[in-house]
Amino acid sequence: MPAFRFTLNGQPRTVEATPEMPLLWVLRDQLGLTGTKFGCGMALCGACTVHIDGAAARSCSMPISSVAGKIVTTIEGIAMAQPAHPVTQAWLEIDVPQCGYCQPGQMMSAAALLMKKKTPSDADIDEVMRGNICRCGAYRQIRAAIHRASEIATNGGRA
Amino acid sequence: MSSITNLSRRGFIGSAAGLVLGFVLPASSKLQAQGFGPPPAGKPWAYVRIAPDGQITFMITKGEMGQGPMTALSQLLAEELDCDWSKVRAEFPPVNPELYGRQTVVGSISVRTMWGPMRTAGATARAMLVGAAAQQWGVDKTQCRTDLGAVVNGSTGARLTYSALADAAAKLPVPENVPLKDPKQFRIIGKPVKRLDTPDKISGRALFGLDARVDGMSYAVVARCPVFGGKVASFDATKAKAVPGVKTVVQIAAGVAVVGDSTWSAMQGRRALEVKWDEGSAATLNTASIRAMFIARAKEPGAVARKAGDIEAGLAKAAKKIEAVYEVPFLSHTPMEPMNCTAHVRADSADVWAATQSMTSARELAAQAVGLAPDKVDFHTMFMGGGFGRRGEGELDYVPEAAELSKKLGTPVKVTWTREDDMQHDMYRPASYVELAGGLDAEGWPVAFNARVACPSFTGLRNGVDFIAVAGLADLEYTIPDMLIDYRPANTPIPVSFWRAPGAVQNTYFAECFLDELCSAGGKDPVEVRRRLLTKSPRLLGVLNLAAEKSDWGKPLPAGRYRGVAVGTDVGSFIAQVAEISITKGKLKVHRVVCAFDCGQVVNPAILRQQLESGIIFGLSAALKGEITIDRGRVQQSNFNNYDVMRVDEIPEIEVHVVPSMENPGGAGEASVPCIAPSVVNAIFAATGKRVRKLPIRPAELV
Repeated sequence: MPAFRFTLNGQPRTVEATPEMPLLWVLRDQLGLTGTKFGCGMALCGACTVHIDGAAARSCSMPISSVAGKIVTTIEGIAMAQPAHPVTQAWLEIDVPQCGYCQPGQMMSAAALLMKKKTPSDADIDEVMRGNICRCGAYRQIRAAIHRASEIATNGGRA
Repeated sequence: MSSITNLSRRGFIGSAAGLVLGFVLPASSKLQAQGFGPPPAGKPWAYVRIAPDGQITFMITKGEMGQGPMTALSQLLAEELDCDWSKVRAEFPPVNPELYGRQTVVGSISVRTMWGPMRTAGATARAMLVGAAAQQWGVDKTQCRTDLGAVVNGSTGARLTYSALADAAAKLPVPENVPLKDPKQFRIIGKPVKRLDTPDKISGRALFGLDARVDGMSYAVVARCPVFGGKVASFDATKAKAVPGVKTVVQIAAGVAVVGDSTWSAMQGRRALEVKWDEGSAATLNTASIRAMFIARAKEPGAVARKAGDIEAGLAKAAKKIEAVYEVPFLSHTPMEPMNCTAHVRADSADVWAATQSMTSARELAAQAVGLAPDKVDFHTMFMGGGFGRRGEGELDYVPEAAELSKKLGTPVKVTWTREDDMQHDMYRPASYVELAGGLDAEGWPVAFNARVACPSFTGLRNGVDFIAVAGLADLEYTIPDMLIDYRPANTPIPVSFWRAPGAVQNTYFAECFLDELCSAGGKDPVEVRRRLLTKSPRLLGVLNLAAEKSDWGKPLPAGRYRGVAVGTDVGSFIAQVAEISITKGKLKVHRVVCAFDCGQVVNPAILRQQLESGIIFGLSAALKGEITIDRGRVQQSNFNNYDVMRVDEIPEIEVHVVPSMENPGGAGEASVPCIAPSVVNAIFAATGKRVRKLPIRPAELV
């Protein structure tokens, strides 16, 4: 089986897998990083969102072969940031999750959005975040947390 | 009266030192009579652990699917125990019927059944800790008070922490009838404290069912007959076994399991698997044939679910009579985490990991599937990635199949359902078909109300009635002199079960939209009519008036905006909603929902608001988009591309107004689902003059 090398949450990793195996299952089943979730398997719900070279990507539909040589960040990588990542701080402050299953994907999409747009409008948020389903409907809190994370990132949290 | 048993002396908790309390619930309640409620008298129910190292741990016997019992039940205990909230930890204990009764959550029961018992447990533990301190100081208990996890000597100011007192307290007799706090003293109950589960849920650390990992574990997916009730005729595993990573292929009761070294390899193996199905008798079924059966059943006599006066006489003497037929489709639960279960079955024991609302039943089913006694199965409660009824009693099919497969393999295995499996092998919200008739008096007020319900039954019949199939109609709060709600089962091979606000979710739509028809037929304002019919239901009238006030009912709206109202009771709470919509060129937008709610005393207003918003958005997904259709005995929808749900850009502004109350708590998790469809549909009538009598709403047809 071919080997693929990439950077995962700042560490070099090499995995052996069939080239078509999606990154999601490499992360979850081979590497034991279960923070990235399986929701649909067709890039329809966003639960599996990670960052590849700094951009949001649906890991359920991303063959491991296409990840070779790239930089991958998962929710575990965001969570280990010191000081705490603005998205982590905001999600905690707003107390966003209900069941919480979609939240790693929501947070990864939000973090990628904030890298592109430092102060996104509601419309900017809707455009990106409509790809992330939350069946609990925590959408108002997600939107509020993105605005809050933007404040934290740009001016240390002062509104 | 509840009574408390000191379990730390009965050796229930193996190695845990310190004070452990279980308690006993009153024997009867309406919920218990329905089989959902507290365990029978004499069975311990829940407990608190105060460890010598200072950690205070609360055992939460209700599954966490986002509705917040982990936090809310902890608040009840912490309040009466008078401990430091920042030191509280919550855990899911093992399944133990002797200790906890049946561990299950359905019908939004967590707070409403645990409100008394959890507080009593906290207060009793506190009284014992005070007793231990008084003994140590040689003073009377009345000289002691408690403060943030310590007992304070009123005369000397000395402090002893709960952890220092736990061992001594555990040796004391359990006091009876310990008084509870006056709500005026509450500092944790009623406060929007942060959820205890948030830190783990935003870091990827929270373990959901699908995150279970066991050494030596394989991964499986199961090929299931696409037709309900069908079975495997034969299969050829040659190609499946040739897929890299596939270890074996095994037939189980649910179908053919493909087992691999990763979920992906198992999924690829299943694609290559060749199965011939014996599709069975349901293979000719489709949505139209099911509907035709419902229509035929509706003509047949039904069993009485609710009766007042004489409906025939009432309709005959009415000055005006109107009739309408309403219907709703099957719906899938579609939680974000698809069904899954991990099992490790050995010759004489087993471990099972699953996300479920009903841990006790799940353990029993797993044990039964592999011929073990339930107490030989260690059941590990995982966080649920959504439940909505799909993971509750009667819907645990995903648990025993994993145990069966693990036994056959002789190794641990995780069975994962793909989204397609989850959507096409759900136990659906039943479709329902209702013929309605109503009468108005000469002044235009409703005086007769008749609903003939044809709906599948899944809870069994009592006097011919499935109480879930008529929930929301049989318990209408309106005083109408001549009323008849009757029911006939309309069963199909499509498996059906509980779905967030079961029964009420469709019947509130039927009742509140037909009542709206009666209002307009009588030339009356919908709020005015409801006020008149609710004079004997002060709490529902209260939320109606509050919603009317907060939505500026009766006052002009901006051009193109229209309002609709609906009220209802569910899970012991009272709710009114006013939806504000616009409809332009076949596009419907729900702009704003004003929600007035009375659930009695509130434990956590922040979680309550989350739940009410959640229910409204969940109900909107169903009202605007949800429809499971059947062709040749198969579900036609398969994933979010053809079974869409609400997205962030579609949600309305939601205003929540909670009535201050000292009543005992009602439920919240399901309470706001039923009223959203009728309030939107009634607003559509205000906008277009058209009645939407079939869900989902199809705005293109309203042009």
